[in-house]
Amino acid sequence: MLAEKYPLETQNILAKYPPDQKRSAVMPLLYLAQRESGYVTKAAMQDIAALCEMSVTEVASIVGFYSLYYDKPAGKYRVQVCTDLPCALRGADEFLSKLCENLGIKVGETTPDGLVTVEAVMCLAGCDKAPMFQTQSSEGITYHENQTIESALEVIDAWRQQEKQA
Amino acid sequence: MTEHLLLRHRDIPNIDQLDIYQQHGGFDAFRKAVTTMQPDAVIDLVKASGLRGRGGAGFPTGMKWAFTDKKNWPHYVVCNADESEPGTFKDREIMERNPFQFLEGVMITAYAVQANLAYVYLRGEFWQIASQLDRQIAELEAAGILGDKLFGADYSLRLRTHLGAGAYICGEETAMLESIEGKLGQPRLRPPFPPSFGLFGKPTVVNNVETLTNVPLIVARGAEWYRSFGTDKSPGVKVFSLSGCINRPGNYELPLGATFRELIVGRGLGVPFGHKIKAIMPAGASSSLIVATDEALNTPMDYESVPKVGAQLGSASVIVIDDSVDIRWLLDKTLHFFKHESCGKCTPCREGTYWMSHLAERIASDHAAQAEVDLLYSVASQIKGKCLCALGEFSIEAVLSGIERFKEDFVS
Ligand SMILES: Cc1cc2nc3c(=O)[nH]c(=O)nc-3n(C[C@H](O)[C@H](O)[C@H](O)COP(=O)(O)O)c2cc1C
Ligand code: SF4
Ligand code: FES
Repeated sequence: MLAEKYPLETQNILAKYPPDQKRSAVMPLLYLAQRESGYVTKAAMQDIAALCEMSVTEVASIVGFYSLYYDKPAGKYRVQVCTDLPCALRGADEFLSKLCENLGIKVGETTPDGLVTVEAVMCLAGCDKAPMFQTQSSEGITYHENQTIESALEVIDAWRQQEKQA
Repeated sequence: MTEHLLLRHRDIPNIDQLDIYQQHGGFDAFRKAVTTMQPDAVIDLVKASGLRGRGGAGFPTGMKWAFTDKKNWPHYVVCNADESEPGTFKDREIMERNPFQFLEGVMITAYAVQANLAYVYLRGEFWQIASQLDRQIAELEAAGILGDKLFGADYSLRLRTHLGAGAYICGEETAMLESIEGKLGQPRLRPPFPPSFGLFGKPTVVNNVETLTNVPLIVARGAEWYRSFGTDKSPGVKVFSLSGCINRPGNYELPLGATFRELIVGRGLGVPFGHKIKAIMPAGASSSLIVATDEALNTPMDYESVPKVGAQLGSASVIVIDDSVDIRWLLDKTLHFFKHESCGKCTPCREGTYWMSHLAERIASDHAAQAEVDLLYSVASQIKGKCLCALGEFSIEAVLSGIERFKEDFVS
């Protein structure tokens, strides 16, 4: 159970909102649940529904609506390259296709070792530092800006090393 | 170099540290408001300054605050830190580098409308900024600048952050309120407007990050001083996010009414690789395309002048397009965005963005007949005026202006 596993975090989240507005906690609780496995499990949705006094269907529809929540597992790290207009004007599309080529996958796919999923996303408010991407993982979201293919592959290599050591 | 008013971290190193910010007068304005000014006097001061909302619409800030319904309590303040318009990255720099001035702005606003709880709604991608703000809020509580009975006065205030999760529509203020309430981020029918029926059904003021970052200086230095910047109808300074085909992209703080030329050539040093500037989108992807004539480049960037060249100032995220860019490709890009971001609540926008995106993709791939360009234009025209919120209207700006003003790109 989420509340038992993370009692302090759960309490802090609920305390952010008026006591009669439990439903407001659904988004932060989904982030908390997603920390474990990179996606929100059915069981976590049930926990959250109970904590927020809403139905499981309603929680699932929130997960479906917002693009940073996932209901399926993917790579341990999601590399999300912005290919929106301003970034595309600075070479983001070529950057994305070269990155995929180097990793031997297509956009939306995961590397065979399960480490990296590459996705194309909308503007991330880093347009002046394109090409850029964010990485989403259990540790949260990190920005990587002014990237080259080399620097991006270095980031991914560092994760691979980390995995080996773990 | 004149001093920065909003991007003050560029003049004052470490202004993101509380003690440094306080050494430069930080939180004096908040203290002054709480201990010496009636809430209404703060509202009148901001009205007199002529400050207008920097989130896009340019609505007079003080006037909005004055609409807060005084017969219905409690009141809330929600700061819009969703910053998701393609080409916009100013609020991020302000929050990352000059966070206390921003927070002080939120706090003064809360005092002015007598809210005891304020939320900062950040887009989910600003996860790190939210953690940083949480720490800074805790610091302010520890320093007695936030909390109960502030400065011995009968006023208490708490600040909280709330993270979105990747949905452009949550930047629309009523969708944002729904989102904080734990619902799908879909706009509400209006009226009623947030100052009478907002968060949890209570009177709520929603303002953009940059708007509120102006407020501490207005309280500290006065309305007349503030009006010495900018134009008569668009007073003050603005952070312009400059991106696209430009040598020096980035944020530039200029007085409202500076020309496109000053920004694009003066600060951004023009377009690279010997290309020529072809078009300007002054309000991100939601913008009409302006043909980059001399007249356009000499146009002042303020809320009154930009419409004269056929666009809006909006969020002032200026995307520069050079002559290597095919407008068909550009429409495909922007429509892909709007199709993805339509919240699906109303049919003209949901279906319209879907079909426009489909058509634009074909047109961009060079396989389309002229009839499909005409069809795209007609679908866009039919969406106009039929949407529940402005996103639907934004989605057609580039389409209509692009096809009208850059005909040569559409002859196959
Ligand atoms: C689709 C859509 C997206 C918007 N996105 C933002 C945004 O990211 N940030 C913002 O401040 N305002 C955004 N707005 C404008 C807000 O609805 C609102 O007008 C603004 O937050 C009011 O603050 P201001 O008066 O200080 O500008 C958006 C509006 C629409 C229709
Ligand atoms: S116009 Fe689009 S984004 Fe706005 S409410 Fe309708 S479907 Fe949603
Ligand atoms: S367009 Fe890529 S970060 Fe804005």
